[in-house]
Amino acid sequence: MPHQTEDIEIGLLLEALYQRYHYDFRHYARASIKRRLLQARSHFNMPSLTALQERVLHDPEMLPRLLGFLTVQVSEMFRDPSYFRALREQVLPHLRTYPSLKVWIAGCSTGEELYSMAILFREEGLFDRTLFYATDINPEALRAAEAGIYPLDRIRKFTENHQKSGGRSSLSDYYTADYGRAVFDKSLRANVVFSDHSLVTDAVFAEMQLISCRNVMIYFDRGLQDRAVGLFRESLARHGFLGVGSKESLRFSQHAAAFSEFVLEEKIYRKREA
Amino acid sequence: MSSAPHRAVVIGASAGGVQALLALLPALPADFPWPIFIVLHVPADRSNVLASLFEAQCGLEVKEAEDKETARPGVVYFAPSDYHLLVEENGDLALSSDEAINYSRPSIDVLFESAADAYGEGLIGVILTGANNDGAAGLKAVHAAGGVALVQDPAAAYARTMPQAARQACNAALVLPLDRIADYLKGLERE
Repeated sequence: MPHQTEDIEIGLLLEALYQRYHYDFRHYARASIKRRLLQARSHFNMPSLTALQERVLHDPEMLPRLLGFLTVQVSEMFRDPSYFRALREQVLPHLRTYPSLKVWIAGCSTGEELYSMAILFREEGLFDRTLFYATDINPEALRAAEAGIYPLDRIRKFTENHQKSGGRSSLSDYYTADYGRAVFDKSLRANVVFSDHSLVTDAVFAEMQLISCRNVMIYFDRGLQDRAVGLFRESLARHGFLGVGSKESLRFSQHAAAFSEFVLEEKIYRKREA
Repeated sequence: MSSAPHRAVVIGASAGGVQALLALLPALPADFPWPIFIVLHVPADRSNVLASLFEAQCGLEVKEAEDKETARPGVVYFAPSDYHLLVEENGDLALSSDEAINYSRPSIDVLFESAADAYGEGLIGVILTGANNDGAAGLKAVHAAGGVALVQDPAAAYARTMPQAARQACNAALVLPLDRIADYLKGLERE
């Protein structure tokens, strides 16, 4: 059957990416990765995934282009406004008691969530004492995150979300409009470290009070999800907070017992006593 | 090798879909032997009431699909709002927040194409009323993998664009009036 051949090709292509470039998608949920690879195949006009594999193995310039298909998530600022409202009203009051804070946006993609978090922390008066880590495996996405420029036609939705999240200021205070683009204020990234980091292959790098990792682990298989949650568990300070996507859950994780449900409906967890 | 049950039903609907599904799902018996996966386009803030709305009307268990859960026979799974629903080869469900396809997330095509891979000739794809083209490519994939393709008769559909597009993309699809679709599914069950 042709689709069995395709499944073999997918396994080989992912193995090739790993061996050649150390990008490890081998344990990503297969149905989504297959869809993305087939999109890439047709975008690059390749007769087969084997042909795509040959091209990316021999032409390193293909790698970033393929990564664009395999990783980039288009998100929104303040996506799921009720999540940010819960952070504002229930999590930040706890964080306020710390003299300094570290916050990790894991899988920050093109930065929408990072800027949302930075604006939230500024509105709540915690920005100056916070160091943000924004990490992703895709260097182009990280560059876009660092630039903080979004098409103006997305701003209306961002603004609506920000208001629903309980925003105390106007989103327009944080960007300037320029030729159809919204350029976010560089002071928002004054305390941000942008870094290439993989939840699949890399280790703990700092002790965090808050980690937000939404709609990233949804693409992992169960084993990989366990690895990522284990990494968050080790990274979090005692009583630190972890927010995951609205359709993600720690319920089935081998680390579930290490966390309590802090705001269950918003998927915000808190690390228990060690 | 695969632990996937050998058959499943996928249903796609958009405008008029709630009413159409209220006619179709309650007509299925509580011991229906296969899982049923549904993408219904509704405004994002209304989707979380779908499962409870239909559960009250059906003999079948109805729930919102969760990431990585194993599909069970006789259970109706709705794609959650703002996420694509996919089926893995082993029959587990998967969600994704990949970009919208044809302005749709969840997308009927995404569900149908992944389910066609997982179930092959065991899959039954059903396109109901709707005012866009989502599902046409998906139904074609269901048929190409050897599955059964059904389309609600566009002439009697609340919105005919979607069933019409599906029939055009997949001219082998069987066109049935809404009130015959449940009977047809029950007939397949007896085969």
